[in-house]
Amino acid sequence: MRSSSSKLSLRFWQLALFVGFLAFWYVATSPTLLPPIYFDDPHKAAFFFGEPVKVFERTWEWFAGGTIYAHLWVTLLETLLAFVIGTAFGLAMGLWLALSSTASALLDPYIKALNSMPRVILAPIFAVWFGLDVASKVALGVTLVFFIVFFNVYQGVREVSFTVVANARILGASERQLLRHVYVPSAMSWVFASLHNSVGLAFVGAVVGEYLGSSRGVGYLILQAEGTFDINAVFAGIVVLTAFALLLDWMVTVVERRLLVWQPRGGETEKM
Amino acid sequence: MSAAVPALALEQVTVTFVSPDGGRYTAVRDTTLRVQPGEFVSVVGPTGCGKSTLLNVAVGLLQPSGGRVTSFGAPLAGLNRNAGYLFQTEALMPWRTARGNVAAGLEFRGVAAVEANSRADEWLQRVGLRGFGDRYPHQLSGGMRKRVSLAQTLILDPQIILMDEPFSALDIQTRQLMENQLLELWQANRKSVVFITHDLEEAISLSDRVLVLSAGPESHPIGEFAIDLPRPRDVAEIRLTPRFIELHGLIWHAMRDEVLKSYAQQLQ
Repeated sequence: MRSSSSKLSLRFWQLALFVGFLAFWYVATSPTLLPPIYFDDPHKAAFFFGEPVKVFERTWEWFAGGTIYAHLWVTLLETLLAFVIGTAFGLAMGLWLALSSTASALLDPYIKALNSMPRVILAPIFAVWFGLDVASKVALGVTLVFFIVFFNVYQGVREVSFTVVANARILGASERQLLRHVYVPSAMSWVFASLHNSVGLAFVGAVVGEYLGSSRGVGYLILQAEGTFDINAVFAGIVVLTAFALLLDWMVTVVERRLLVWQPRGGETEKM
Repeated sequence: MSAAVPALALEQVTVTFVSPDGGRYTAVRDTTLRVQPGEFVSVVGPTGCGKSTLLNVAVGLLQPSGGRVTSFGAPLAGLNRNAGYLFQTEALMPWRTARGNVAAGLEFRGVAAVEANSRADEWLQRVGLRGFGDRYPHQLSGGMRKRVSLAQTLILDPQIILMDEPFSALDIQTRQLMENQLLELWQANRKSVVFITHDLEEAISLSDRVLVLSAGPESHPIGEFAIDLPRPRDVAEIRLTPRFIELHGLIWHAMRDEVLKSYAQQLQ
């Protein structure tokens, strides 16, 4: 167990690193602080790399002025829908294929082919099919989330201990009860293990989809800024996305802790 | 006793496993085992002699290649509904609490959750785990998990209890505690027990009858011994009585050659 003082010093250095990075960024891109080292024009560094103060100002404007909320909401909605639909599909297909050897043998090459395909390339097709609104981004996110959940469920069902299944059968479990009380809980533990991945990819699907063509969302904001060479707004968009991704990840951790109480965690020594 | 309908009867059972590449392995050949209602029978034999195979046949997890299995006179089709099974390895559902695991069998049979849980709590108390109902299996020690398994099986009040080396992974003190507890529970509500073990002392101290199997492959019974030790027994104390030592010598004499044979096979 790490003592609280060394934890505090770790936090301090983490913060110092962040401040140091910002300071370096500020000094290196400021047109007046340093003589131009690499670029002939002192404003070029700021043009290429943005300026941290302006990035912060832009972010502040978005939140204070309220323009960002509608875009954030759209991105969040796309992420959530992609996550929920992708997980539901992955769970259903994973359970089905893991429990039916015929279906799994039949579909195996197709699953493999679809999984190895670079699925981001489907985004334009989805835009044609579902339009430029939320649906096409959700579709892209679903294709990303589905495979993660699918493979984890498949693995989870296959890895259920033979003894646990036999024991449940002998205790009188019907096929449906086996599914509900043995296979699904076992598969769910694998799904939760991949929760960070799948939420992250749902987010990637939403943002990439927006970036490739949309009229709303944080990805759209970045695209617009890029179109007008407003590098500070691009960085502001990236900052917002990163903060948002961290928030999502933290929420997943909270959910995970609540739902997986039955799993032993490292460092937990309670045993009597 | 032979006139009564046996709780479990394996008649001339042969089990041959066929591997995908066409290899054949006969684990058990022409084995007959009859267990009367309320009788405690142990099956001993060297490692790899097909003891677990016999138990899997008795519960219906395995179909015998030859021979007949009946339970209370009825031929076995599918799982043996009269039997409970205590596995050698971990069989608890890790995502259920101790209470949830013990109540599982009742829930599967359609008992309402509230009643199932309160009966599970009674059983947890009976196996000495009062207050541990909310723990998950990983929060319990090996001995405690075995107790949960025992309660999980006994709560359904099966007529036949099949036990596959249930205590072999436990340390010796825990093991003797568990053996005494098992005898106590069995004494209170006499069911048929088939207890598989490789430990001859354990077999003698628990049973009414000990069946000795030969070394595998094609293992078969080579001796059957009635254990006429008085009950109730304390497994730690009974080991010191002259009659126990006498029986031990007798059965060990019959087993020794088979153990050596099995040991030689493992070295090959």
